[in-house]
Amino acid sequence: MADSPATSLQHAAYDSKVEGNVIFTRVDSAINWMRKNSLWPMPMGLACCAIELMATGASRFDISRFGAEVMRFSPRQSDVMIVAGTVTYKMALAVKRIWDQMPEPKWCIAMGACASSGGMYRSYAVLQGIDNLIPVDVYVSGCPPRPEALIDGLMKLQKKIEGEASTVAQLKTGAPEPETVEA
Amino acid sequence: MSSAADIAKSLQDEFGAAILSTVEFRGEHTAIVDREKARDILAHCHGKLGFDYLIDLSSVDHYGEDPRWELVYELYSLANGENVHLRIKYTLPEDEKAPTVSDLWPTANWHEREVYDMMGIEFDGHPDLRRILMWEGYPFFPLRKDFPLAGRPSEMPDVAFTNRAPLAGGPFVTAPTSGSTVKREPRSREMD
Repeated sequence: MADSPATSLQHAAYDSKVEGNVIFTRVDSAINWMRKNSLWPMPMGLACCAIELMATGASRFDISRFGAEVMRFSPRQSDVMIVAGTVTYKMALAVKRIWDQMPEPKWCIAMGACASSGGMYRSYAVLQGIDNLIPVDVYVSGCPPRPEALIDGLMKLQKKIEGEASTVAQLKTGAPEPETVEA
Repeated sequence: MSSAADIAKSLQDEFGAAILSTVEFRGEHTAIVDREKARDILAHCHGKLGFDYLIDLSSVDHYGEDPRWELVYELYSLANGENVHLRIKYTLPEDEKAPTVSDLWPTANWHEREVYDMMGIEFDGHPDLRRILMWEGYPFFPLRKDFPLAGRPSEMPDVAFTNRAPLAGGPFVTAPTSGSTVKREPRSREMD
């Protein structure tokens, strides 16, 4: 963390002549910076995409390089739900219930063709995309996507979180939903 | 115990006219039997003939024909030690129940629940005939030929819902037919 604030924080001013350990930034930037580098995923592994999700977490691809290695099996401790696999109608409301149990702010990655659109399952038994039930921030294509693709999706989510203006906007308007007040 | 051919013959000796026909294909024997005697024949296979393993129990929907259902039992003997496979088939009209064999082969319990869940065939004497794949309260039997591949909308509050899947002009399915390749090849079939 020693050198990263100066390069990654937008609108930050670092004046080494004045104060060695103080940086100036906007509260949104600081909060977003902390949030995006410490995403705790809720691994919603439902099918073969979950195997790639596990590979993403394991040593070769190592999602901890992006601060998202803390897979929590409790939705109450998670920030980002990674829906990895086919969402059947039998499972759909359970996924929705777990999503509802996650505290705000929260994000959702639809990993793979099935979670994004039902995939090859044009069928009576399969929900045609998890975005029918919960708001999705990033869709990752692939059947299943390779770990690199999921990591790319995670980085896209980090970019999105960087640009959020949730804190100030909420203070000003009292709006509870971060999704509705995105800049 | 004897070979598959002997078994097919012994069935015919034991049950006579209740064995409607037997078919042999590459050493595997199929007996098409009378549904009134089906349960007795299966019990005989289990007890006397030593078929202690029910590989599978499935059903076929001959939609538009009467009788509509056909039940297929795949039997195998592990105790026997010989590679003997026997298939028992019988037809069933739409308004009749099939006899359960879950007391003979415990594995039939879940097989029969699946047949009930997907096809809507009920089993007389089954100890626990509930749906096994879909949820209790789902109003359709999705493997029936008159059920569209895209599904039908349904709603069970707090349990599950279903919608129709978009098929983009499909479903693009092959149809078993003796017609030409043009008829057989995958193409859109009209649905409700």
